Amino acid sequence: MQSRMRTAALVLGLAAAAMAWTGAQAQDLKNFEQKITTKVLPNGLTLIVCERPEAPVFSYSTFVDAGAVNDPSGESGLAHMFEHLAFKGTSQIGTTDYAAEKVALAKVEAANNAYEAEYLKAVGRDPQKLVELKKAFKEAEAEAHKYVIPNQFTDVAERNGAEGLNAYTVLDETVFFWSMPENRLELWAWLESSRLADTVPREFYKERDVVIEERRMRTDSNPEGRLFEQFVATAYVAHNYGRSNVGWPSEVSQINATEAMEFHKKYYVGSNIVVAVVGDVKASDALPVLEKYFSRVPAGPKPEEMTTVEPKQFAEKTVAIREATQPMYVEGYHRPDYRDPDDAVYDAISDIMSNGRVSRLYRSLVRDQQIAAEVVGFSPYPGDKYPGLYCFIAIPVPGHTPAEIRDAIHKEIERLKAADVTDEELAMYKTRTRADLLRGLANNQELANTLAEYQTRYGDWRELFRQLDRVDKVTKADIRRVANQVFIDSNRTSAWIETVAPAATGQKAATAQKDGGAQ
Amino acid sequence: MKSLCQHFPRLPLFEGHGLKPVPFTGRSISKAFIAGAIFAAFLAPLAPLAISAQQNKPWEKIPIPKLHDFKPQQPKRIVLKNGIVVFLQEDHELPFVSGSVLIPGGSRDEDPAKTGLVSLYGQAWRTSGTAKLDGDALDDLLEAKAAHIETYGDDDSTALSWDSLKGDADQVFSLALDLLLHPKFSAEKLELAQQQAATGIVRRNDEESEIANREAAKLVYGPTSPYTRQPELATIGAVTVDDLKIWHERTIGGKLIVGISGDFDPVAMEAKLRAAFEELPPVKPAPARHDVFAGPKPSISFIDKEDVNQSNVEIVGLGTDRHNPDVPTLAVMNEILGGGFASRLFQKVRTELGLAYAVGGGLSFAYDHPATFRVGVLTKSASTVDATKAALAEIAGLTTRPFTQDELDRAKDNILNSFLFRYDTKDKVLAERKRLEFYGYPADYLETYKAGLEKVTLADLNAAAKKYIHTDKLTVLVVGNGPEIKPGLDELKLGPVQAIDITIPMPGLQPGKSGSAEKKP
Repeated sequence: MQSRMRTAALVLGLAAAAMAWTGAQAQDLKNFEQKITTKVLPNGLTLIVCERPEAPVFSYSTFVDAGAVNDPSGESGLAHMFEHLAFKGTSQIGTTDYAAEKVALAKVEAANNAYEAEYLKAVGRDPQKLVELKKAFKEAEAEAHKYVIPNQFTDVAERNGAEGLNAYTVLDETVFFWSMPENRLELWAWLESSRLADTVPREFYKERDVVIEERRMRTDSNPEGRLFEQFVATAYVAHNYGRSNVGWPSEVSQINATEAMEFHKKYYVGSNIVVAVVGDVKASDALPVLEKYFSRVPAGPKPEEMTTVEPKQFAEKTVAIREATQPMYVEGYHRPDYRDPDDAVYDAISDIMSNGRVSRLYRSLVRDQQIAAEVVGFSPYPGDKYPGLYCFIAIPVPGHTPAEIRDAIHKEIERLKAADVTDEELAMYKTRTRADLLRGLANNQELANTLAEYQTRYGDWRELFRQLDRVDKVTKADIRRVANQVFIDSNRTSAWIETVAPAATGQKAATAQKDGGAQ
Repeated sequence: MKSLCQHFPRLPLFEGHGLKPVPFTGRSISKAFIAGAIFAAFLAPLAPLAISAQQNKPWEKIPIPKLHDFKPQQPKRIVLKNGIVVFLQEDHELPFVSGSVLIPGGSRDEDPAKTGLVSLYGQAWRTSGTAKLDGDALDDLLEAKAAHIETYGDDDSTALSWDSLKGDADQVFSLALDLLLHPKFSAEKLELAQQQAATGIVRRNDEESEIANREAAKLVYGPTSPYTRQPELATIGAVTVDDLKIWHERTIGGKLIVGISGDFDPVAMEAKLRAAFEELPPVKPAPARHDVFAGPKPSISFIDKEDVNQSNVEIVGLGTDRHNPDVPTLAVMNEILGGGFASRLFQKVRTELGLAYAVGGGLSFAYDHPATFRVGVLTKSASTVDATKAALAEIAGLTTRPFTQDELDRAKDNILNSFLFRYDTKDKVLAERKRLEFYGYPADYLETYKAGLEKVTLADLNAAAKKYIHTDKLTVLVVGNGPEIKPGLDELKLGPVQAIDITIPMPGLQPGKSGSAEKKP
């Protein structure tokens, strides 16, 4: 396959790359040391300010070290529910009279509890009573709504130029972010610290309906959503990574505001939050302002780590979904968490196996065998804080089956286990990793998210640059060793969609079943 | 290494769960779309409620200093004697150089019998490579340097782009130029592109929102419009290598727009670009288009999808183009209808009724043809009729419920205070200038537009709503699970519900039986 020209080009390329990178890493770190100031407040909250005065704007990222993995048993979807609540305002914003609203909200909660207690009765549930309790709940909700100024929190942010305002909850963390003109820094600090410190369970139950609608969109009504929910639920037997992060319908539909506020109290403490600001800000001016406002976040101990460790998998597991949609294949192998010394080795495997048209999987499955339209290998999934999976996903071209795809992927895995990767492949991984890191530094929002994440996960944002040392140290032998450790049959879970004509399915997809739930 | 949050944006799954739907990329093999997500939204009459009762607004006491002076750096514009336009945007922050060439002519100009040609061209152009270096060898060479050269096909243009570390910039530019001027289209790579396109075609009915987006656009423009006709296995199969060559020869002589940004020396770069482009023949003007845009008839259509529990509702009609002087007013109206959390649609359908996660919409504008009016709601099957009624009421309310000063002020604040995010990076400024050049708009368009936004009055808004909002020129499309939609769509009283057949034509196969497409038709 390899032409003379290709070989020559590669040799030249490697030499150039090696020269370009000598010392670059130390330089970048030194450069950023001058731009970045960090401060840990007495309440434990960490502030990071990165000066990047390219335009009179800034972006921020509030990184909370709590995600769906921390949802208590029976309350899947809670972290995500709380994230939505954090947009509903505080005791000062979003209300006409908080003292009165607070009383009304307590009545909503009591009415909900009464309804739920009846609904959950295993024996002797009274349908008539249920209707009455539901009515009482709706009345309490309407009463509380009288004090609400809807969406005032986001309204103030948007009127002041907030751009890209959003948040997300994944298994490992919850992140809030937007960008703003630099002259709104103090206003932003007030808004953001207010919602972290002074969350109110406003319009909780309506927002719960919105979240359930989000589940319908992303999971129930989406073939990939259904496939992946089943895939991880099968791969994990003990750890919360196996749980739906938007929440199982029966659980998310019964989360109550009291539970959400308890989650807030436990996880939204200073020691569990990093706030990064990047843009046209001067640390000397900004830090006192940030300190003033973010000191309002309650102090509290760093929440205890979970005790559950996923037991070693000893039996191969498979999930076959037979439905009218087109085929898709995924498989995963348990791997260690991001702190593992081999973390970079997994990245090297992903790069070599599936990064771009030079990758092994593309060339084998897409270009040469022409059985897949797209194929990727990546890790970790579904999260990285705890041991995740190394996954392969592929989409077959028409006329080819998940089984063919699986066999072809396994052939490439065997190749990785049996022989070293080439020098060119390894060098390419290192070069691309460095370049991608650099490319990410030119965007305020991306940089804010990255700094906050590294500060949280490694205790020091500098790890963003220092990790290149680990990248440099990856050897061909490492790749072969890790492949042989991880990619074994008994450590595998695979899931796929097999296409069958609608009439033959016999029953509807499980996801189209009626939602369980209290409301 | 820790992965960044959107490391795998191809699968919506990896994005986590957010407060607002994000405009996800979708799978690369099928067109991205996701309904009303980030559009505009419509009204809820909540705004004036009780605000006066609020005693204390601490945030209003926070000082807002004068914004730092900022004059976005404009790229240098050079018109070569053959008419090719070059933009140079220096940016020395990082050691990279990137460039692009925009070429007029896109899928709206392709032969309808070969629909999909431009998309195949966009792939096979790069993967084929040149006579000197085939696509695979090019991949090897570039990836070893963490550099890229890519080609694209769009509805009104095609493009070639490149980027690399500064030290590799000369070599990568030469390779890009060779690909631009001397491509060698290969049958093998065309076949690969056809297979990938076929994969997208057979999967296009898997995701509800993809169906809704596609079919809604067809209802607005008509199914055979150059803006909505869809590739089929037969039309992509009809494309030959000669077609790609002919397309290339036909478009490469057009008015190319070259943009370079990054860490380069401007004098040397200008000289290099002149040497590369100035000797090409004078550019040929693009032929004028004579599209007819009738817009939809009022109606209600339905597409049944048994494996979902949520309906995608699309309320659509014809939009306008940016030459229209009413565009600033319409932008303000869109903001009030569906621009943010405080918009009428979001307030009503999501916040007040809790009927949707994704709701939004507005009247959008394209640069050289009418875009669409579109309001989208995603709601559980059982509330389809309620949510549709609520959205329709908000649309109709634009003409019956006068806009308030508060709404106007809020919309202007929202748009104007975030306006600088349109040009807060040098790349955004460059992209905007290329766009304006491509569509023949003046270079100061953004300033004019901003001035127009500042001047919008309540009278303008009310007049625009009367002029542009006609519920009798909108059509409703619902994609959802028929048996679960109770009450049924007839409750909307929009006339007989018309079923749309979205069966994918499979040449050589029994109708309705999905399975293998011909590998090489």
